[in-house]
Amino acid sequence: MRILVYIAIFVMVIAQGYWAYNENYETQKALNNAKRLQIEIANSRARLGVLNAEWAYLNRPDRLQDLVDMNFDRLQLLPLRPEQFGQVSEVPHKGVLAGELAPSLVLSALEVSQ
Amino acid sequence: MIRKPLRPLALVLEARAAGRNPQDIERENIRARHEQARDVSRSRAESRLLVLALAFLSLFVLVAFRMGALAVSEPSEPQSAYTGPSIVAQRGNILDRKGRILATNLDTHSLYATPQDMVEPELAAQGLAEIFPDIDEQDLLRWFTGERKFLWVKKKLSPEQKQAVHDLGEPGLKFGPREVRLYPNGRLASHVLGGASFGREDVAAAEVVGVAGVEKMFDDFLRDPNHAGEPLQLTLDLSIQSTVERVLRGGMMLMNAKGAAGILMDAHTGEIVSLVSLPDFDPNERPPLPTSGSPADSPLFNRAIQGVYELGSTFKIFAVAQALELGLVTPDTMIDIRGPLKWGKFRITDFHNYGNELSVHDIIKKSSNIGSARLALQIGAERQQEFLQSLGFLEQTNVEMVEASGGKPKWPKDWKDISTITVSYGHGISATPMHLAAAYATLTNGGYRVTPTLIKDDYTERGPRVVSPETSRQVREMLRSVVRDGTATFGDVEGYAVGGKTGTADKPIETGGGYYEDRVISTFASVFPSHDPKYVLVVTMDEPELSTEIEPKRTAGWTAVPVAAEIITRVAPMLGLRPEIEPLPQAGVTRASN
Repeated sequence: MRILVYIAIFVMVIAQGYWAYNENYETQKALNNAKRLQIEIANSRARLGVLNAEWAYLNRPDRLQDLVDMNFDRLQLLPLRPEQFGQVSEVPHKGVLAGELAPSLVLSALEVSQ
Repeated sequence: MIRKPLRPLALVLEARAAGRNPQDIERENIRARHEQARDVSRSRAESRLLVLALAFLSLFVLVAFRMGALAVSEPSEPQSAYTGPSIVAQRGNILDRKGRILATNLDTHSLYATPQDMVEPELAAQGLAEIFPDIDEQDLLRWFTGERKFLWVKKKLSPEQKQAVHDLGEPGLKFGPREVRLYPNGRLASHVLGGASFGREDVAAAEVVGVAGVEKMFDDFLRDPNHAGEPLQLTLDLSIQSTVERVLRGGMMLMNAKGAAGILMDAHTGEIVSLVSLPDFDPNERPPLPTSGSPADSPLFNRAIQGVYELGSTFKIFAVAQALELGLVTPDTMIDIRGPLKWGKFRITDFHNYGNELSVHDIIKKSSNIGSARLALQIGAERQQEFLQSLGFLEQTNVEMVEASGGKPKWPKDWKDISTITVSYGHGISATPMHLAAAYATLTNGGYRVTPTLIKDDYTERGPRVVSPETSRQVREMLRSVVRDGTATFGDVEGYAVGGKTGTADKPIETGGGYYEDRVISTFASVFPSHDPKYVLVVTMDEPELSTEIEPKRTAGWTAVPVAAEIITRVAPMLGLRPEIEPLPQAGVTRASN
């Protein structure tokens, strides 16, 4: 009987030791992971800052205006003017557009393309 | 344990035989037994004390060891626990009202030299002079071969420059990490942002401090790590600011003006959507303060906030509004405007002769000095002063920029009747265009005092009432008539019902003694749409001269007004204001429906 108790204690010590070491390794792994992630977050944040700055720099109004001027032949972009506001009532009804109006629209589109 | 008997029979018998007292034996044995017991308990107590002492000793050693370890080890950020909101040791960004970046940070490097580590100072000096054309090679060589152990070569490097310096391979040239303030939009809103430079500097880091504008005003907020890099959001709108700058710059060139300022402000909340002062500068390379000439001519000077000018006829509306508010007149009351109006040694005249009398409405429309002077005389000096005070004209604006304290209005110390007269048409009192914008917003928005602000806040408290809604409505009608068929007809933008008042004031001679004949400050203060005011726009031009006509035109109607009209045409659609005009028929679709 006593020998059985000894064996049980021995096995339990081994098991507990294994568990303790295992937990220790898991914790260290998690800590290392957290550290890596924190470095990654810091790097990403720095990168985000640079990218935001670059985005703002590339989108600065002066540059956009220059690009609009340079590509005027193709895009023909002009400043927004009051005349460009429309009324909802000016938009043709969907059903009408799909039906009788469609052929003439196609025609006018053809005329434009010619 | 075998106990020794107290009275062993053998010894008792022996003692009796010898005639001794057998009691002695017992006493002797009891004593011996006591001694034995005492020894045992003593040794037990001693061992207990020892154990206790050992326990305490080991505890003290443990504590001492831990303290020593804590004192010796480098502190490190706890990694296993959630540390709460992160602390960001970076200056906060500045954003526009839609969250677009106006100012941010960029990591770069500074370059310093330790001449004692140098291998070939001559080559290093030559190489650096090639990379940085603004540094003189001889200076560098003198420093590198002199006594100095340390010197800064360049405070900020671009990545290309850093690589080029790196390629020199000189061990005595070293880089220090730097965080620099970047204004990605260049000159845009330069006066508002101000600029930043380095404060305390070290090889490893340098603090970035704001030197002007909102950067300086909110320096503590932007630098505070507790805010975790929280951005500062302004009321400016990047694209609108850019448009206003562009149009104003064009207008300034067309009108040959020395400078110009423009303010676009929400008429109800006082939020400044655009604030422009020309000429401007690049906050990334903020120019040094001028050492010669007038500081007001420097690009650093903010004409909209710091520029204190006599704003001329734009002030007439204040006299009229007050007269209406006090019930002295109605818009249709006829006022005698026969001139010249003589007051002591002064003669007040009108630009043109407008006949014998004009209605109050027409005084504004035609901009009659004599008419507004007569109204002001009815009001009286004291009430006029109170009214201007309630509009904010007698103190500096509280715009959130350090420069705002420089825009202190000037008014006559001794407010006599003649001052009342001149102030009524905007002479003898000087204020900034920002004052004017706030006052026009106050008068037209229904009568609530407006405080200009640059900081976006979801809730703005309505200021105290200055004039009644009815007066406000009458003022708006008069301003509208000025643009419809008065002195500012060039300012009419179809669909936006612009209302406004022009002002052309002769510039005072800096050295004192009167006014220039041919230099003016022309101003147009406007509000649109005038039936339901949303925005106030003030455009000021410094010494404009339109020389395309036979005779040079300087009045605001020819200079500031057309520029303001173009600004409104361009900006109003961007602000989401729908024009109340018939839109152009759309080609194709409309034709096809016939």
